[in-house]
Amino acid sequence: MDSTYILLQHYWWFLVSLLGALLVFLLFVQGGQSLLFTIGKTEIQQKMLLNSTGRKWEFTFTTLVTFGGAFFASFPLFYSTSFGGAYWVWMLILLCFVLQAVSYEYQAKKGNLLGKKTYQVFLMINGIAGPVLLGTAVATFFNGAEFIVNKEQLTDMAMPVISTWANPWHGLEAALVFWNLCLGLAVFFLARTLALLYFINNINDPEIVAKSRKQLIPETILFLVFFLVFLIRLLLIEGFAVNPDTGEVFMQPYKYFINLIEMPIVLVVLLAGVVGVLFGIGKTMFSKTWTKGIWFAGTGTVLTVLALLLCAGWNNTAYYPSLADIQSSLTIQNSCSSPFTLKVMSYVSILVPFVLAYIFYAWRALDLHKINSEEMQGNGHTY
Amino acid sequence: MIENIDTSLIDWSRAQFALTAMYHWLFVPLTLGLGVIQAIMETIYYRTGNEAWKKTAQFWMKLFGINFAIGVATGLILEFEFGTNWSNYSWFVGDIFGAPLAIEGILAFFMEATFIAVMFFGWEKVSKRFHLASTWLTIVGATLSALWILIANAWMQYPAGMHFNPDTVRNEMFDFWAVALSPVAINKFFHTVLSGWIVGALFVLGISCWYLLKRRNTIFALSSIKVSALFGLVASILILWTGDGSAYQVAQKQPMKLAAMEGLYQGGNGVGLVGVGVLNPAKTSYLDKQNAFIFDIKFPKLLSFLAERDMNAYVPGIVDLIEGGYTTNEGTVALSAKEKIEKGKTAIKALADYRKAVKDKDIEAARQYRATLEENFPYFGYGYIKDPAELIPHVGLTFYSFRVMVILGGFFILLFIIALIWDKKGKIATARWLQYTALWSIPLGYIAGQAGWIVAEVGRQPWAIQDILPTSASISKLNPSSVQTTFYMFLILFTILLIAEIGIMVKAIKKGPEELKTEG
Repeated sequence: MDSTYILLQHYWWFLVSLLGALLVFLLFVQGGQSLLFTIGKTEIQQKMLLNSTGRKWEFTFTTLVTFGGAFFASFPLFYSTSFGGAYWVWMLILLCFVLQAVSYEYQAKKGNLLGKKTYQVFLMINGIAGPVLLGTAVATFFNGAEFIVNKEQLTDMAMPVISTWANPWHGLEAALVFWNLCLGLAVFFLARTLALLYFINNINDPEIVAKSRKQLIPETILFLVFFLVFLIRLLLIEGFAVNPDTGEVFMQPYKYFINLIEMPIVLVVLLAGVVGVLFGIGKTMFSKTWTKGIWFAGTGTVLTVLALLLCAGWNNTAYYPSLADIQSSLTIQNSCSSPFTLKVMSYVSILVPFVLAYIFYAWRALDLHKINSEEMQGNGHTY
Repeated sequence: MIENIDTSLIDWSRAQFALTAMYHWLFVPLTLGLGVIQAIMETIYYRTGNEAWKKTAQFWMKLFGINFAIGVATGLILEFEFGTNWSNYSWFVGDIFGAPLAIEGILAFFMEATFIAVMFFGWEKVSKRFHLASTWLTIVGATLSALWILIANAWMQYPAGMHFNPDTVRNEMFDFWAVALSPVAINKFFHTVLSGWIVGALFVLGISCWYLLKRRNTIFALSSIKVSALFGLVASILILWTGDGSAYQVAQKQPMKLAAMEGLYQGGNGVGLVGVGVLNPAKTSYLDKQNAFIFDIKFPKLLSFLAERDMNAYVPGIVDLIEGGYTTNEGTVALSAKEKIEKGKTAIKALADYRKAVKDKDIEAARQYRATLEENFPYFGYGYIKDPAELIPHVGLTFYSFRVMVILGGFFILLFIIALIWDKKGKIATARWLQYTALWSIPLGYIAGQAGWIVAEVGRQPWAIQDILPTSASISKLNPSSVQTTFYMFLILFTILLIAEIGIMVKAIKKGPEELKTEG
């Protein structure tokens, strides 16, 4: 295979992984929703919480959509296999994001048909189910899923579908696998931890800040338990390796651990990420005045998730292993777009830093003014 | 084990996609149109410093926000349904189709998501200039989003810039600009965005007239009418031009769709355009001898002119397209449907033989099968068609939808002209008949838009990708009951949310622009 093509495949796996990592960081919005009634005891407090993370919900939403779009463009076989096969998991994820999209805007509006409480419950559902289901889905990158890919099927005029799911549960079975759920719960508690750090940074209300600092301890412990259990097990298990010459997929002991050793930069990124997360949380816990934990923990989250996803796809690894037929497993080589499409898309990706720059500028412009009760009672637009 | 695709799975998958697309298209046009109108209003405020224009812009922004949220929600489902319900399609053309969707996310969605937050929450936090830029960038982002998804849709109607690779068993892009700048895409983009502008203009005009009917907020209403009527008139005149362009492209690229739009079974030279007509329900097959119409009034030779820019040009009808034998624009003799189906089957068999020959390392045989495949590939999708009658879209739905769209388009031009003249003469505040007409015209904009999409999407059946892949071969292999369940789930959810949206809108409109303090 031509080396430029191999480079492009790796570049696009990096971009998709980066989008996935940013998505996990932005799930702090969902974490905030799930904490609405835990941290917010009065109506004005709940309003401040909703307006804090709520003004960022579109970033999470957009990153999810772009993550899907980028996967479609760069690795279309994953798009068709996973979305068409794990139908129920993706439908449930989409459903809970639909609920989120309307709930912020509608919950406090008169004439909203269902009442404020219902929309707040919708936000809770999205806040809990969104991270758990997304984390569970991502865990199948390591633990595998039950599908079969057979391209010859296209020539069968009666049943030309090339990707099929090997059981009737269409993805629901993945949520019953402990190790998938373990990552789902780690993502969930991470989202809540990040949300607390964001509240501390973004809301100018002593009571909310104090409650957030207190709540940080149990959320962090639960996050660390589930994350470390998942990570340690990942480093010890057999992984799905690919023979680069034949494309054959086989089981290799300690595959993900070996990946980190063979890709020291990825290992450094992972360690830097973990340190960033721990530093952001730790310093916030120990310093009563420090509010910048979200930026350290957020950056750490992005780096950690990026490193894990790179570990899933780079270094001759099958990133979407098939448990039904190991040779159907998806690799960045057998599932990617053509060299031409990857090249065109790479030109487009040059604009990504520009996009990040204007997001940073606009985010900063709004966040310079912290959320407070006066603003919530003022004349401006609020949720 | 011999497996078959359950036809009810195809029907439910189509129904679910149609449901999501139609709901999505209830909200997107208003975003596109109202977004520009509010940006114009804020620009006037920025230039004049007149606080009344600020309040006017803020009021319409509030309604924009209510509508925007549900548009985003329905759009999410639509994008992912390409994977969940049309997985075979996603692989077969993902190399081409995925790119516009990814570009849409990177370039358009982030722009929208970033600046809409500044637009809503930044009035007191950023400078006037930055706020105005954010308002414009929000609508630029929304319009760019429409551009990329419409490029993707246009490519399905006119697949260009790609070739089939038998080694990967999919179509691959070789010319990005042929995909992005195809004449079908350009026409579709302008035609669709302009239809959104008309919906936005009708919305603002109608609601402003409601205030006049209620004799309240008169200055606000008159200001809004001035902007919306002029904006609507410009859009509704421009859409005539893009509509003509779209119809011409349909004639060139999708003649069966044109025949269905016109209820034209027997083609000929110098064919007239049906102005008004009632289809004959007794005509149940293209083979029967029943007349297509109970009653019709035609504009002589106009269809030939619109389709070929020549009053005497030949336009094929449904029977001609099925039976073939006529001379095409390129001077070749058209194949019959049966011949195309045979060629499609030959292409599919050649693909199977090619794959086997490659596996067996029989290079000469592989070369020959590949040549056969390439020769017959333009008809690849026909290989999945069992009966030529499957190639005919629903004539009644396509024919009537087209007329509804065109007649309403003409009515909108008239409405905007009258509104402008009455406004100029200072009579609109007292012309209650005009106020009622404008108010009740709000839903007509939506009906016209939905009718247009029915023409575009029902008219292209049975194809997911014209001539290359029918919808029946594009689907995901699921249990029909799963898709049925999600269909009803989305039907109930979207309907509830639509009712909620209308309820919130009505409350906000009744409250009016004088109190801009948000509830809650």
